[in-house]
Amino acid sequence: MRPIEIITQLLELIVALAAAPLFVGWINQCRAWLQNRSAPSLWLPYRGIRKLFHKDAVIAEGASRLFRLAPYIVFGAMVVAAGIIPSMGTRLPLTQVADAIALVGLLATARVFMSLAAMDTGTAFGTLGARREMMVGFLAEPALLMVIFVASLISATTALPAITEHLATQTLGLYPSLAFTAVAFLMVLLAENARIPVDNPATHLELTMIHEAMLLEYSARHLALMEWAAALKLFNYACIGFALFIPWGVSTRGSAPVALLASIPVLAAKLAVAGALLAVLETVSAKLRVFRAPEFLATAFLFAVLGLLVHLLLRV
Amino acid sequence: MTALLHSPLDACLTLLALWGLIGLAGLLRPTSLRYVGRTLFPLGALCGVALAVVALTSLNAPPERSVLIVGLPDLPMHLRRDALSSLFLFLLGSASAGISVFAAGYFRRGHGTSAGLLCLQYHIFLASMGFVLLADDAYAFMVAWETMALSSYFLVTTQHGLGEIRRAGFLYLLIAHVGALAILLAFGVMQGGSWQFTFDAMRAAHLTPASASAAFLLALFGFGAKAGLVPLHVWLPEAHPAAPSPVSALMSGVMLKTAVYGVLRVSFDLLGEPQSWWGIAALSLGLFSALYGVVFAAAQTDMKRLLAWSSIENVGIIFTGLGLAVVFHGVGMSALAALALIAVLYHTLNHSFMKSLLFCGTGAVLHSTGERNLGRLGGLIRHMPWVAWLTLIGALSLAGLPPLNGFVSEWLLLQAFLFAHQVPQTFVNMLLPLGAAVVALAAALAAYVMVKFYGVIFLGQPREATLVRAHDANVLERIGLVWLALGCITLGLFPAQIVGALRTVVRQVAHVDLPNPAAPWWLLEPLPGRLASYSGLVFFAAVTVVVLLAIFGVRLFYHQRVRHAAPWDCGFVRLDPRMQDSAEGFGQPIRHIFEPFFAMNRELPSPFDRAPRYRVFIGDRIWQRLYEPLGSLVQRVADTFAVLQQGRIATYLLYSFVTLVTLLAVVL
Repeated sequence: MRPIEIITQLLELIVALAAAPLFVGWINQCRAWLQNRSAPSLWLPYRGIRKLFHKDAVIAEGASRLFRLAPYIVFGAMVVAAGIIPSMGTRLPLTQVADAIALVGLLATARVFMSLAAMDTGTAFGTLGARREMMVGFLAEPALLMVIFVASLISATTALPAITEHLATQTLGLYPSLAFTAVAFLMVLLAENARIPVDNPATHLELTMIHEAMLLEYSARHLALMEWAAALKLFNYACIGFALFIPWGVSTRGSAPVALLASIPVLAAKLAVAGALLAVLETVSAKLRVFRAPEFLATAFLFAVLGLLVHLLLRV
Repeated sequence: MTALLHSPLDACLTLLALWGLIGLAGLLRPTSLRYVGRTLFPLGALCGVALAVVALTSLNAPPERSVLIVGLPDLPMHLRRDALSSLFLFLLGSASAGISVFAAGYFRRGHGTSAGLLCLQYHIFLASMGFVLLADDAYAFMVAWETMALSSYFLVTTQHGLGEIRRAGFLYLLIAHVGALAILLAFGVMQGGSWQFTFDAMRAAHLTPASASAAFLLALFGFGAKAGLVPLHVWLPEAHPAAPSPVSALMSGVMLKTAVYGVLRVSFDLLGEPQSWWGIAALSLGLFSALYGVVFAAAQTDMKRLLAWSSIENVGIIFTGLGLAVVFHGVGMSALAALALIAVLYHTLNHSFMKSLLFCGTGAVLHSTGERNLGRLGGLIRHMPWVAWLTLIGALSLAGLPPLNGFVSEWLLLQAFLFAHQVPQTFVNMLLPLGAAVVALAAALAAYVMVKFYGVIFLGQPREATLVRAHDANVLERIGLVWLALGCITLGLFPAQIVGALRTVVRQVAHVDLPNPAAPWWLLEPLPGRLASYSGLVFFAAVTVVVLLAIFGVRLFYHQRVRHAAPWDCGFVRLDPRMQDSAEGFGQPIRHIFEPFFAMNRELPSPFDRAPRYRVFIGDRIWQRLYEPLGSLVQRVADTFAVLQQGRIATYLLYSFVTLVTLLAVVL
């Protein structure tokens, strides 16, 4: 392992850990502007997490060890995932041991542990949230896998850095297959991160919630980790999107070490635009009924499979 | 003794004979649980370990043969051990070792058949599976195959007092025999007019493409019936819940794999050059089984039935990989064929460990609660921590989550699918990505099923008051579970080594191979230059390090205060365990989304019902559309011929006389 690889790896992890809550804060701010509200501080998510760490943890009676372990596993999975996705540089040693399929597996691991923890306390909401989360997950996961497959087929590899490098060095042109999969990916991103139209992150309305229902029993440091992990998940998904669809501005294998520094503002710009777009999307769309969520996700899955077929038909 | 060490085949035969002897020893004191359970079953487990060791060390050894001087005159039994046999013998030995130790603690009084007889049936079952793997002529194979079917039939019907179990056993026996008939016919086609039934003769026979295809399809039907391939799966969800848990584990974990062995043996070894359209057939059946199985698993409310359906899914995935391998082999893409075959063998190994672990786990739950119905379980992680945590490993493996073993074989299979786009036929080219989509969907659904299975049984509040008295597994049961869980973990963490071992098998059986790896020992890189690599060990280490850092970081910087309070009840007066999702409730989204799969019958209460009941019955459309008409047809035909059946000896003698006269008339 060369020093540049270690530096890139650590930088990715630190930036992800530090910037993930900021990204959430930025989306919330954009949303507030669009909805004509006065916006909360950009730093509110950080304050929330700090406040939670200082509180006393309240654990439901009868909760097992799994319940207390799950936030750490979910958080750990999201951090490792952040280390696999080439958001700033492609010289990541971790990507050698875990490719894009392992990344999807990692995200699935986090989801399964979160659902199991939600079922552990045995409340009505916990199990309801777990069931709905798994319902969203079982369609979103193959859709994400298909999205990644299209990019893998184009670049003949499943290693994310190689995919990013390959796509970044191609001549700028419209890939019909990538256009289909981009739509699919956007739908998966919305569903997996509990955004409108599948779930509403700003509500605790019991009939509609998915993600919040699972976290209902968590408090203090456990909740802080879960919130942080959720922010990291959103950040990771955004970075997967960048890696597949706008791979430019990333420091690649041949580039000078200084390029790594230059990639930080590029990532910031991408995140700023993506966050604003996400806020617009969330503002203009309405929440779906829970029973319509499978249709939404099945559409995403079909789009991704269509992208795959288009790629094989047109060879681009 | 030294001779045994030089010949792994003889060592294997000795161990199989020992199993037989252990079984017979059970008859000495058939009612003594201490003797049978505490002595014979652990001895059987030791034999299993020894078999696994012998098989593993002989994996690289050249094939060897031997002839047993038993059997019909002029028909001695030919035996042969090659890498494929060794691999499956390893699977049989290692998985059965865990199951036998578990069984040693499992069988108690009041299980229908007496312990000694059970011990005989169990060990004969084990030994016959070993002989299936070693047989080198059709005659020996069929004898072993039938012994396997019969001994497992008796094991399934251990509690023969219950009509439901006798029915399940009958269905199993029926389909096993229809399958065996097809296999027999397949051997008949494969001897190719030489009338020599040794496998060597079949390897040498030159079949026309049409008769080779016929042989393959017959074998696919016959072995598919044993493996539980849709639409021949109907016996599985009946027989697995009926059998005692260690027997279900053995059937699902090991016996189904003998069918996989059979298909591999026939298509790659005996027939030699598989045609690529056979692969399409196996692939389509496999994909359909995978999806059908997992969707039904999600809707089950009986924990063992759920696992049985999940076995159908996994068999589907195995056959999908097999079909893929045949397709690649047929078009001469040998590296990809090797990759797909390795994925098949890997998944076969994985499934035998994880499914045995889960079946044994349900056995422990069944013992301590007396319940198989998910709707009456819950919260057992607090009362049976050993079983719960070990079962969690199995559940996560089956859900295909890294860094456990289920993920590795799925990863390999998806890699094989991903590089399939260079297949020359356009039609196949279009079909394969859809296959990848179905595999991905089935894998994600498996995670759904496992969350349901684990969450409803072990997590939450106990749904019945009696569950608080549930006790953990005893020591022997724990050892068995730990053994199987360790198998899952080892297979997950060291994929490169296992793929290395499987390459030997694939090279010998199908004459295809992966390129030599350029990666370090801890990294799995099946196709160098493709930039696709995975390392279970490092991956696990990375996640563990981050999790530990998070735990210690939180400890270091913040306080450790914890309060316990009642869960949030939303302002209602009391929180009832029945407010949790039931098993039906958890499966509802799947029933809703995949409604056309099910034959559903709902009983909805009307608003005026005094005692409203909501019931939903889920049926298998294949049973209704295929088996019921077939059954009634057979019944009608039988009724027609029943006219002959008079019940008087004089009439029957007349029949014989008329037949004799007719035959004489024909001959003269």
